[in-house]
Parts: sequence; C-alpha cells; structure tokens
Amino acid sequence: MPHLPDLSQACLPPTQPSAVRANNPGATLIDALLSASAAGIIELLSPYPPGWGGTLLVGLLHSIEIALGATCLGLLIGTGGAYGKLYGGPVVRDLLAVYTTIVRAVPELVLILLLYYAGTDLINQALTAMGYQRVDISGLAAGIAVLGFVQGAYSTEVIRGAILAIPQGQIEAARAYGMSPGLLLRRITLPAMLPFAIPGLANLWLIATKDTALLAVVGFYELALATRQAAGVTKAYFTFFFAAGVLYLLLSLFSNLIIGRIEAWSRRGMPSLKEAR
Amino acid sequence: MANEAAIINAVARTSLWLQPHRIVLILIALGLVLSAAFFMRWDWLPQYYEMGLIGIWRSLWILAVTCVLGFLLAVPLGLAQATGSFWFAAPAKVFCTVIRGTPLLIQLWLLYYGLGSLFPQYPWIRESWMWPYLRQAWPYGVLALTLSFAGYEGEVMRGAFAGVPKGQLEAARAFGMSRWKAFRRIWLPQAIYRALPTLTGETVLQLKSTPLVATISVIDIFAVSSKVRQDTYLTYEPLLLLALIYMTITGILVFAFSRIEARIPNKIG
Repeated sequence: MPHLPDLSQACLPPTQPSAVRANNPGATLIDALLSASAAGIIELLSPYPPGWGGTLLVGLLHSIEIALGATCLGLLIGTGGAYGKLYGGPVVRDLLAVYTTIVRAVPELVLILLLYYAGTDLINQALTAMGYQRVDISGLAAGIAVLGFVQGAYSTEVIRGAILAIPQGQIEAARAYGMSPGLLLRRITLPAMLPFAIPGLANLWLIATKDTALLAVVGFYELALATRQAAGVTKAYFTFFFAAGVLYLLLSLFSNLIIGRIEAWSRRGMPSLKEAR
Repeated sequence: MANEAAIINAVARTSLWLQPHRIVLILIALGLVLSAAFFMRWDWLPQYYEMGLIGIWRSLWILAVTCVLGFLLAVPLGLAQATGSFWFAAPAKVFCTVIRGTPLLIQLWLLYYGLGSLFPQYPWIRESWMWPYLRQAWPYGVLALTLSFAGYEGEVMRGAFAGVPKGQLEAARAFGMSRWKAFRRIWLPQAIYRALPTLTGETVLQLKSTPLVATISVIDIFAVSSKVRQDTYLTYEPLLLLALIYMTITGILVFAFSRIEARIPNKIG
C-alpha cells in the first residue's frame, strides 16, 4: 500500500477555527483587523511572497490543467463509449451501460478516492510483477486520469444522444459513397453531431472545472488546496475562500464566453435557434 | 384475456432482457461479489454497523431537508427570473450564476471557515440564542447545500415557469381567479410537472454532493467510512461498501421519482 495522504489529515481540522480563537480575544481582534482592513486584504492577496495571491494563481493554473486534461480524456472515452453503445456488440453495450450507470450513481468524491487508490495500487503491482521499481504517480496525471474516467461516463451519454440526433440520411449517404468507418467518423459523424453535443459538453467542462476542487480532498495541489493552505497560515479564512470563489467564477464566466463562440462556430450554416422556433 | 396478454408480454420482455450473454455477465458479477465477500476483510462490520446506520440516516436527513428547503427557495428564484421586473430578476440571476459558477466545496468552506471565523468577533452573536447552533458544523452544511440546490433548481424553475402557456394563465384570470389563486392552482402545478424530470437528476446530484459535508466534520456515512479506513488501515472494503450504499440510495430515489412521474398526466400544455 503506498503511503498516501489521508482525508482526515488533509481535510479535517481538529476543531473549527472560530471555536479555538473565541477563547483568545487578542488574536481575534488582530485577525479581525487584518481581514477587515482593505490594506490588509490587498497585502494578503498580492502576488509576491508576503502575499498569497501567487499561490492562488498557481493553484488556479493547476486546476485549469487538470480540467483541460480530464475533459480531453473524457471526450476520447466518451466518443469511444458512444460508438460502443450505438454500434458495439451486445457484451460491449452491456459493459458500457454498467460503466455509465455506476459512475453516475456514485458520488465523485468516493469515485476519486477509489480510483486513486486502486489505480496507483494496480499500476505499482503491475510494475513489480514485471520486475520494475515502484513509481510515485504524479498528482497531475492521477487527477487527470481519475476525473477523465468520471467525465467519460457523462460524455458517453451526451455524445450518444448527439449522434442519434444526426439525420440518419447523412450517415447512409456517406456509407453509400463508400467511406470507410474512420473517414465517416472524421468527415460526417463528428462534425455533424457537434452542434447537438456542444451544450452538453460545455456543461461537462464547467462541471470539470468545479470538480477539480474535489481533488483537494485526496491532497492534489490545486486552487482549493492552495486556498486552504493560505487561509490556514494567515487565518484570513473569509478573504481567501472568497477570493478563490471569485477566481472560479471568473473561470466559469470566461468559459461561457468561449463556449458561446464555439457554439456559434459549430452551428455555422445552420438556421439560428431563434428562427428554428 | 387482458391478464393473459399481460403475462405473455411480461415473459417476452424477460426473455428479451435475459439473453445468454447477460446470464454470463450476471454470473461473472456474482462471482466478483462473492469473491469480494469471501476474500476481503469484513470483520470490522459488526463494530461499525450501528455507526454506519446513523451515518446513512444523517445523510438521508441532510438530503431531504436541503432538497425541500432548496426547492422552496427555487420557486421564488425561478418566478423572479421568469416574470419579475429588472430589480427582482437581476439579483436572482446573479445568485444563480454565482452558485452555479463556483464549486460547492468552496461555498461550504467559505461559509464554515470564513463566516465561522467572523462570527465570534461580534459579542451580540455570541450572546444570542443562535450561538450554540452556529458553533456546530451541520447548520453550515445544510445552508450551503440548500443554497446550492436552490441555485441549480432556480434555473430549472425559470424555464418551467416560462414554459407554461400564456393561454392557461389568461383562462384562469378570465374565470375570475385572483392572481394568487391562479398561481397556486394553475401556474405552479404545471411548472412543477415540467420540472419534475429534471428534479430527479437534481436530487441524485444533491445526494452525490452530501459527502462534502464530511470535510467540515459532519459525521455522515462518508465520514464513517473514512473513520473505518483510519481505524482498520483497510483501503478498499469501506470504500466499496460506501459506493454500494450510494448506488442503492440512488436506485431507490430514481425508482420513487419514476413512480411519482407516472402518476402525473403526461399531456400538459
């Protein structure tokens, strides 16, 4: 069993900070002044070493990296899964149904813990069986793999629905032209399903950015954990969690902007949604 | 006659579902479950059995309370966005955007650690009747989960309210119903019918969010499994059992909602 950070140590402080500091009026007063005065907040959030803004930004960068990687992996799994569900044999279909059902029924937090422990354990057992040394799996890779596996289940369903929404005649026409399955996928199925899939996939991206926060619980270094660290050291809990919330919100709003562009691009040549109604 | 046809139908459906490859898959799954039961360590179960039951009860309780309160909050949020003037619609919209744009974990920690560390500075809060509750963790958990559910469901209710045909409301007014009566008898029930299919999904999502309260030291079923892992140094057994428990609850929820949905007339609008 690799030595892993435990939930209780990573995330459960022995007591609520307020309960401790309520006994110490002096410290409370200093904290209050620190977290209340605007100058203190700017100092705390400044990106250079005495401030913790840099730590937060690095955490945000890690979060974005994990979310991007997980979404890409999820898209790969999702495309494969959707193809398997639609065109695969009976066994493949049933196995995929089990995969999507289980992943969507179990909390992400539990899945992350299970997959993280099981994944690192299996890889290390395989390595020792083949005569290699055990390796420490980097937090980034493990986070991407775990979240990607979860995202894959959801995107399987989204992409399956989108492929079903393509007018059947288009796929039949492509087959009649003698396209190979690979070419059909690349030229017809993927571009034609995109306008139907983009809203669902955009939702999944937003979920992915927010789910990265859950990785803090297994000790991955990303925005939520960086914030905890900064808040724990400076005791300015409200300031830092608020700042982290603002960063996540900005990421979501910025994503919405980009998604709008992508959606417009994917629907090029189609009647606009307003006219369709 | 009709009874016979129903039985034949049921048999045909079962034989369709129970194809040979499925029987093999089910046998493999049974084998996996049995080998897990025999070859993994379950001797800790009797000791933590009671604690686990209390944990499950607490998780379900949090789920029920936050869903009901969240839905009650979602109705005005949806209504304000669907019809309200700018001064009602804008704050509701901002609330939904903020809740949906930030992770629940951050909201939870902001409330518990952030607000929790600000409260003791004010003597009037420390002396009020609320203080014994504010020192515990669960009110923060319930508040965060309620707000989260309201944020997501408020957006759904906005669509549901907007989706009720105008003619229905005009007819209600023409019958001489007051605004409140028309809302209570026509608008709200039809909006809820429309929102019901998504309500199933939202409730399951909410169930999947409840383990987050374990990170602020509320002892729900997730926290119990963490405690078992700490005490026994077992990794997989408590987590697998935990996953099974959540899957069972999800299954029950989906089944219950499908029964409720089946009772509702499917021709609306």
